[in-house]
Amino acid sequence: MLTTDVHFLSRHVIVLPAFVEQPTLFGGLEPRRRCCYSLTGAMQFSGRRRKINANPQTELYGHALQFYGQPPLENISLSEFETFAVDRLKLLKTIENLGVSYVKLSEQYSKKLEAEFKTLSFPYRPEADDRKTQTGPSELEKRRKDHISHFILRLAYCQTEDLRRWFIQQEVDLFRYRFNNLPPKQKLEFLHRNNLQYDTINVEEKKSLLDKLVNSSYAVSGITVEDQDFYKVPFQDALDLVRTRKVYLKAGYVYIPHQDIVTIVLNDFRTRLSKALALTARSLPAVHSDERLQPLLNHLGHAYVGQDYSIQKNVGKISLEQIDSLSGKSFPLCMRQLHQSLRENHHLRHGGRMQYGLFLKGIGLSLEQALQFWRSEFIRGKVDADKFDKAYAYSIRHMFGKEGKRTDYTPYSCMKVILSNAPSQGDHHGCPFRHNDPELLKQKLQLYKVSPSGISQILELVKGMHYQLACQKYFELTHNIEDASFSLNHPNQYFIESQKVLGGGKDIKREMDTSQRSQENGVTKGFVSARETPANASQDLAEMTEDLDSFFQDA
Amino acid sequence: MPASNYDQACLQDLLPLYYKRLFPFAQYYRWLNYGGVQKNYFQNREFSFTLKDDIYVRYQSFSTQGELEKEMQKMNPYKIDIGAIYSHRPNQHNTVKSGTFQALEKELVFDIDMTDYDDVRSCCSAADICSKCWTLMTIAIRILDRALREDFGFQHLLWVYSGRRGVHCWVCDEAARKLSVAARSAVAEYLSLVKGGEQTVKKVVLSDPIHPFIRESLTVVDHYFTQYALQDQDILGRKESVDKVLALVPEDVRKDLQQDFKNEKKPETRWKLIEDQAIRKQSTAKKGQHFEKEIMLQYCYPRLDVNVSKGVNHLLKSPFSVHPKTGRISVPMDIKELDTFDPFAVPTISLICEELDRPRTGEEDEKSEDIKDKENEKDGAERRKIRDFKKTSLGKYVKYFDRFLDGMARSWKGDLLRKSDLQKEF
Repeated sequence: MLTTDVHFLSRHVIVLPAFVEQPTLFGGLEPRRRCCYSLTGAMQFSGRRRKINANPQTELYGHALQFYGQPPLENISLSEFETFAVDRLKLLKTIENLGVSYVKLSEQYSKKLEAEFKTLSFPYRPEADDRKTQTGPSELEKRRKDHISHFILRLAYCQTEDLRRWFIQQEVDLFRYRFNNLPPKQKLEFLHRNNLQYDTINVEEKKSLLDKLVNSSYAVSGITVEDQDFYKVPFQDALDLVRTRKVYLKAGYVYIPHQDIVTIVLNDFRTRLSKALALTARSLPAVHSDERLQPLLNHLGHAYVGQDYSIQKNVGKISLEQIDSLSGKSFPLCMRQLHQSLRENHHLRHGGRMQYGLFLKGIGLSLEQALQFWRSEFIRGKVDADKFDKAYAYSIRHMFGKEGKRTDYTPYSCMKVILSNAPSQGDHHGCPFRHNDPELLKQKLQLYKVSPSGISQILELVKGMHYQLACQKYFELTHNIEDASFSLNHPNQYFIESQKVLGGGKDIKREMDTSQRSQENGVTKGFVSARETPANASQDLAEMTEDLDSFFQDA
Repeated sequence: MPASNYDQACLQDLLPLYYKRLFPFAQYYRWLNYGGVQKNYFQNREFSFTLKDDIYVRYQSFSTQGELEKEMQKMNPYKIDIGAIYSHRPNQHNTVKSGTFQALEKELVFDIDMTDYDDVRSCCSAADICSKCWTLMTIAIRILDRALREDFGFQHLLWVYSGRRGVHCWVCDEAARKLSVAARSAVAEYLSLVKGGEQTVKKVVLSDPIHPFIRESLTVVDHYFTQYALQDQDILGRKESVDKVLALVPEDVRKDLQQDFKNEKKPETRWKLIEDQAIRKQSTAKKGQHFEKEIMLQYCYPRLDVNVSKGVNHLLKSPFSVHPKTGRISVPMDIKELDTFDPFAVPTISLICEELDRPRTGEEDEKSEDIKDKENEKDGAERRKIRDFKKTSLGKYVKYFDRFLDGMARSWKGDLLRKSDLQKEF
């Protein structure tokens, strides 16, 4: 293990250009500076340098919460670099999992998250008062770890659209939790410190809008309007409130009571982080040239994805004739539903084709098989062979990376199916536990001969929003086993586990073990030696998806 | 007005004529150039063409109006789509370093398609439309137009008939063009009330408090509901329709209504019974009490495709493009005349080509108008072009488009002045 000190400062110089253009916390936009790749350059950068404090830590880490506007300015050891990064990654993964299983900020969520903070030595207390009897790192030290680990992960997660999106989502959730935990006085201080200044409306305007304001939000009563300040915020700065229609919107401005200002803050955080990541990505080549850091950063970037089933391992092992029976035995409910709709209607809309088509690719269908499969089904419907070849074949080849940017698409994970691309009129995709009417879901399960007690167990889980657990229960019931012994997060994983249970053979088991092992190694054991990194399958995936979406509109 | 018989096979012959003498290039360029306030705005705009035999070409871009005209007259596209304004000229995107070619701006757009209402209209399905279900488009336009203007503060909205079974909205305000993906998606979500696919029976669920936006939308739906839903669509007439409606009310209420309906057959009265039940429930229950509103919205509220509105780089059919299946021109719609808009009266390409040879009555007045024409860059060919679409049924739509552009031009003027002030040019 290398113990050479890493000059974080020299690393910092490399990321420095990334932060040059960031709006700072302490007073609006920084004027642009030329990037300097030297130590002195770094020091010259901050024109408004604070005096060197007697206790720099208190100055820097005096506040429980920050926007991560300023990168760390110190040296750390390589082992600290690694530990901090891995710990934060674990924290973010916990946040991701909790976010799917529990309502955010609910009691269970908060309890579990706080436990994780404690285990990993991350700060969670608004006050930094250290009681002398405490063992382990002080609150200030934890805040320092929080600060540094955030910036390290930026380096790892700025590289592709997918990684950025994931990182931002978890950091925003983390921020939301911490901001929520601040006592009201500190919340106000935070706002002022960070220059979130919006106009308030005067009393007359409040009076005239009273009805509209009260009717726009469950949390706003007549008293709220009277007592609190209402801010007029451009709607672009309050997208979450607009999206869910939780606020009054007039002529492009939303009217927000002081109590709801957190959403604005979150939005601001998200925007800043997004911009920062884009800038960081541009400076990355310099960081990658350091061989000590590059492998670790690569591993961090891949570890979260888990197995993405993008590399086809069983190509050709499945024949088309098997699909009907497999759909009943080994497909998760979402794919079974899609398959059935396809057989019944001889057609699937774009969302369904993507979700199901990529799944089939993941279980091992070759491109030729896929083309034959879709073609033979579509022809039975309203599409003639010619039209299929013209319009649909292209998109299937696209899925296999044979057209356009030639990116190999990855099959959708449960998270993706549940959270994005909700089905609308005419669609059959999505997650049935999330998107189907409970009544229709019940009927479907009855049709598939799930026992009544099993169905009620599933519906309970659905009610609690535990969609993946519901699917796992469905797995257990349809395979007649007590305990699934795996944590479901991907439809293809469902398929593989199912084949295992049904005696699919040792090959599949071996494959699962190696991939799981490599995934775990990447996260917990830390960097040991150069390892072959899996193909960078998700380069600009989201961008590609958008491209493709715009290209294909259903006829 | 009867449209000349249109046959898709004629398209090959009609398109050259259309692009040569009828397509309003001057107005089109005036629109997409946006007053020249931003550099290279027109040059960096992506167009895509669908040519004969379904050949599709993307990343077309043009330096000037003249180049656009020439290319279109050469290629005679069957369909034209407009995309985003990119960081570089789209037709040079292959020469740009990968990752730096990006879509920067585009109008905020909405696409309302009649097929998305198939579960709630009984008169037609799929690509068909009729005067009965067209009301759905009228309602959609009224609701969205109001919301985009009053709630979001947008001013320059261009509504366009797609040529077959829907309408598009182009929000051309500068603020709209600069919206991010997240913002577009938020706007679309705000405007969405009907949610769920094949597997969802109840697609609209309201809870207290009822947001002002929903109230305003209900006011619009209310205006059309009796005529459209109770009479034209007869949703409370036939048994299957009635069952579908009653599937949307709470179970206890459903039983009562089924009982009442045995004796009451008149749709208007049946609806009153539903409303009364709802009022009763609203004074007692905390959940599921707004079912009468939910029914109205499920049957009438606009259904948007969020994906169309979300993407900055999404390609959408261009105004004045021809719809190959129907031959109709995608014409801008004058909202002031919305209630009398008839999609079947929209001119087809065959009609207007025919009208080119057949002089229309009233051309005498139009000739004198031309002399008074204030446009000063027009040469002989241009003047002929103006006369040409004025000769045809397309004329009134181009005129309306002009008025729309005039409205925007006032804001461009202000922008240019501000810019030149900043640069201290006089």
